[in-house]
Amino acid sequence: MTALTLTNISKSFGQVEVLKNISLTVEPGEFVVFVGPSGCGKSTLLRLIAGLEDASSGEVQIDGNPVNNLPPAKRGIAMVFQSYALYPHLTVRGNMALGLKQAGKPKAEIDDRIAKASGMLAMQDLLDRRPAELSGGQRQRVAIGRAIVREPKLFLFDEPLSNLDAALRMATRIEIARLHRTLGASMIYVTHDQTEAMTLADKIVVLNDGLVEQVGTPMQLYNDPANKFVAGFLGAPSMNFVPGKQVGFPDVHVLGIRPEHLRITQNGRISGQVIYVENLGGDTNVMVETVDELQVIVRLFGQHDIASDTKIQLDFDDIHGFHFDADGNRIRN
Amino acid sequence: MSKARRNPVNMIAAHAILITYTLIALFPVFVILINSFKNRKSIFREPLALPDADSFSLVGYQTVLKQGDFFLYFQNSMIVTVVSLFLVLLFGAMAAFALAEYRFKGNTLMGLYLALGIMIPIRIGTVAILEMMVQTGLVNTLWALILVYTAQGLPLAVFILSEFMRQVSDDLKDAGRIDGLSEYTIFFRLVLPLVRPAMATVAVFNMIPIWNDLWFPLILAPAEESKTLTLGSQVFIGQFVTDWNAVLSALSMAILPVMILYVIFSRQLIRGITSGAVK
Repeated sequence: MTALTLTNISKSFGQVEVLKNISLTVEPGEFVVFVGPSGCGKSTLLRLIAGLEDASSGEVQIDGNPVNNLPPAKRGIAMVFQSYALYPHLTVRGNMALGLKQAGKPKAEIDDRIAKASGMLAMQDLLDRRPAELSGGQRQRVAIGRAIVREPKLFLFDEPLSNLDAALRMATRIEIARLHRTLGASMIYVTHDQTEAMTLADKIVVLNDGLVEQVGTPMQLYNDPANKFVAGFLGAPSMNFVPGKQVGFPDVHVLGIRPEHLRITQNGRISGQVIYVENLGGDTNVMVETVDELQVIVRLFGQHDIASDTKIQLDFDDIHGFHFDADGNRIRN
Repeated sequence: MSKARRNPVNMIAAHAILITYTLIALFPVFVILINSFKNRKSIFREPLALPDADSFSLVGYQTVLKQGDFFLYFQNSMIVTVVSLFLVLLFGAMAAFALAEYRFKGNTLMGLYLALGIMIPIRIGTVAILEMMVQTGLVNTLWALILVYTAQGLPLAVFILSEFMRQVSDDLKDAGRIDGLSEYTIFFRLVLPLVRPAMATVAVFNMIPIWNDLWFPLILAPAEESKTLTLGSQVFIGQFVTDWNAVLSALSMAILPVMILYVIFSRQLIRGITSGAVK
C-alpha cells in the first residue's frame, strides 16, 4: 500500500491554473522532496494533500483511503510550517498537546507521547516555556515536536528551514534526516533550496509552472535530467548552456555542461574573457563571458590564481555534454 | 533613547509642548471638578478658585443624589454602553474574520457594503428608526438604544478589525485546522487574542460617543425608567434657571465610569494605535 497517491490532480484559482494534472505516489517510509522555483505550485500541492485547499479535480489517497472529503485533522497528517505557527498563548507542552486533546486522547497517553517526542528532540527543558521565550531554532524544534506527537501517517514540511540562519539550517536539516531514519515515517518536504532537496530526499519531484518536470532520486536527476529545466535547476553553480553549433554539434539546439566538467586549456571550443572569480577556498568559480556574450561558469577544484579580464579558452569531454532540442527536451543517444 | 541622541534643548521643547497640551486638555475637566465642590455664589464670583472653607459645599451632589433616579440613569447608561460595546466587538470581529479569512463571491462587495456606514451618519435615518422602534414596541426601552448603537459602531469596527485580522498569520490558523480546531475555536482562541489591541481601539472609539450621546436617548427612550445619564442631567438645565451645582456634580460623576473603562482599555489601546509603526 502506498503512503500517498495523487491521481490527476488539478487546481485553479479563478482563471489561473496552478496545478496541472499531477499524478504521483509516495511509498511508505519514503522521504519525498517537492522542489521548484517560487510560484511553481509546490506549496499549493502540499496544502492540497493536507486538506487546507480543495483540488479542482483529481483524487488524493492517503494510506489507501480517498481523503478528498476529509478535513485536515482526520487525514492522519501533520504539518510543519515555515513560520513555525506555534500557538502564542500556550506553553510548549500545550502546543504539543492541543491536537491530541482535540482528538480526545487520554491524558496519560498525551503525556507519554510528549515525553517521547521531547526526548527525541532534546527539548525536555523547554516544555513549560511559551513560544515568545524561545529562539528561532527552538521554535522550529517545537513545531516538529508538535508534528511528531500526532504520530501521523504522513509528515508534511512546508519550507521549514527558510527562516533559520545558515548554521542552524544545516543542523536542523541533519536533525530532520535523523528523525526520518528513527521514525521511518513517510515525509513530504517542500523547498526551493536544492541543497536541502539533494541532501534529504529519497526521491525528488521537480515542479515547474504547475507541472511535474521529473521524478527520481537526487543522483538520477543530477546525472540524467529529462529536460533543460531540471538540468539547470539542480546543481550549484547551475549548468552552462551553449548553442550546439558553436561547439561542434550542429544538430543539437542547446548543449549543457556542468561547471565542474569544463576545463581551461590552450586550445578549446569555447573562448572568452574572465569577468569575475569567486575564491571559495575549496573551489574556485570562474565566470567567463564568451565571444558571443554568453556567460559560462567554470568550477575548478582547489585554489587558482586567475585575474579578471584574462582571455582564456575552455573545453570539455563530449561524454559530459547534455544535448537538448529546441523545446528543451533531452536528446539521448 | 540613547544618550548620544539626546539633546537637552529638544527634550525641553518636546516636554514643554506636551505639558502645554495636557494642561489645555485637562483644564475644562479641572474647572468642572473644582466648581462642583463649591456653592453657587462662589462658582460665579471666582470660577477658577479652588474650593476653600468658605466656598466648599456638596449641595450639588446632594441635589443630584436626592433626585433619586440618578442611579437608575447611571445604570441605564452603563448597561447601554457595555452591552452595545460587547455586541459591536463580537459581531464586528466575526464579520471581520469572515471577510479577512474566507474567499467567497462578493467578498469585496460585502466589505464595502459593511463599511458604507462609516460614510453615512446614522442620524440621517432617525425618523425611520423611530418609526421602526414604535412598530416593534421598543420605544422607551434600553434595547432601542443598544440596537442603534450597535448598528452605529459596526461599520468602523468591521473596517478596522478586518485590517488587523488579515495580519494574523495564515499558518497559525492552518496549524489549528490540522490540530482539529473548529472555525469558532480558531476565531475565539487563536485570532481574537492576537487582535486584542485592535479590539481595545475599537472599544474606546465607540465607548465615548455612546456614553455622551443625547440625541437617541432623547428621541427613542425619553421615559423616566429608560433615561440615560446625559439625558437625566438635562433636568438641571432649564430654559430660564439652571442649577449649575447639580449640572457640574452630575457631569463630574459621569466622567468616572468612562475613565475607568478607558484605563482598562488604554494599555491595549496604545499598542493598537502604534502597532505596525514599529515591528
